[in-house]
Amino acid sequence: MIGIAAVTSPEGMGLVRCGRRVQDNNSTVQSWTGNIVASEVSTADEPDLDTHLLRVTIDEDQIAFAILYARMAPRIKGLMMRLGTDAATAEELAQETMLRVWRKSALFNPKKASAATWIFAIARNLRIDRIRHEVRPELDPNDPALIPAPQLSAEDFVDARKRQERVRACLNDLPEYQRQVVGMSFVEGLSHQEIADRLDIPLGTVKSRLRLSFEKLRNMLRKF
Amino acid sequence: MAIYHPKLDLLMSYAAGSSGESWGLAIATHMALCPDCRSIVSLAEEMGGSLLEDVAPEPMNSSSWEQLASQLGSPEAVQIASPETATPSAQPTFPEPLRRYVGNDAKDIPWKRLSGVGYQHLIPTRDLGQARLLKILAGRTIPQHGHRGRELTLVLSGFFSDHLGEFTRGDLEDTDEDLIHQPATSAHADCICLAVTDSPLRFTSLIPRLVQPFFRI
Repeated sequence: MIGIAAVTSPEGMGLVRCGRRVQDNNSTVQSWTGNIVASEVSTADEPDLDTHLLRVTIDEDQIAFAILYARMAPRIKGLMMRLGTDAATAEELAQETMLRVWRKSALFNPKKASAATWIFAIARNLRIDRIRHEVRPELDPNDPALIPAPQLSAEDFVDARKRQERVRACLNDLPEYQRQVVGMSFVEGLSHQEIADRLDIPLGTVKSRLRLSFEKLRNMLRKF
Repeated sequence: MAIYHPKLDLLMSYAAGSSGESWGLAIATHMALCPDCRSIVSLAEEMGGSLLEDVAPEPMNSSSWEQLASQLGSPEAVQIASPETATPSAQPTFPEPLRRYVGNDAKDIPWKRLSGVGYQHLIPTRDLGQARLLKILAGRTIPQHGHRGRELTLVLSGFFSDHLGEFTRGDLEDTDEDLIHQPATSAHADCICLAVTDSPLRFTSLIPRLVQPFFRI
């Protein structure tokens, strides 16, 4: 059976691909939960996260999902704990993030974002909602008012996974004082003012460190 | 296409998830009208993804996977975005996410009068910022004022100008406390914009202070 439903997509941006939606869900879930424990799945010499997530997107591949879980759930739990959340709550939020990854997998578009980034965005939104008790307004990629990009930019020709490898290399190259504020912002989820308070530096310094690190990233991507 | 954009620090804090609701509302609504800022935010998000892979893992409980696996079911199907639906005639004045806060039509908004220059409508948000829609009537000038903090003004229809430039639909003026300006609308059309402030405006002369109460939260 093919089910098509309109979904407003807080996690997705841009065009959404049509994943295969023909399946026999009962039999797969049954054989699956009985036999495989995610922590036992070897992740050595495995394809990258993006390949696994694509298998989930296109084939609803539950083994690929188990591997994603084994790799990412403990890191999402770690991310949640950075904001001072207790282990039990962090565990629940990591579970819920992964459940959303599964349910929303059709929205993953490897041209738009790498798998790690797509999962990061889901975890970030859950953290805003459950830990900060705030609302995150997001655009709707299907909105008729949305102005589409006029043409592909040079960056769009690099697939998101390659782009992410470069981002990683660039982050590793940042001077420690820049990397620190990037981490406090993206991993710990602190506002720029909170970072300034914690490091006892002016707000403008936090902003300029973030700006410099981002500019470095952008320049590096332009070089390729 | 938008010419004026939010400063990079706001786009980055939006990508990191720490911008707060009011500011996020202006950023995301601008992003709907600005492909350039969408690509900046998506690149900034790649920083988050890269760092997530480096977070020290915290082991999950042994029963956690089974609990999750039992809830999996079938992923949600999605509708493909179809560019054909985006005909100019169908374009709402208010893009998402703003539309879900204020509705479809500027005529249905419960506007409150704003001291001779136009109307405003406060938008409830759950952070410390104050978001509001402003409808400044054609041919008006807002008295010269400064700001106690940052202010974002996103034009949704019509036009305004000050000494920094001319702002039309999609343009976002990102000003801080140093800016003193005197925005004016065009003679021909009302200007509707989304404004976000973190504190009341500060007027520079005595008489315009009479206007100030209307800008207060």
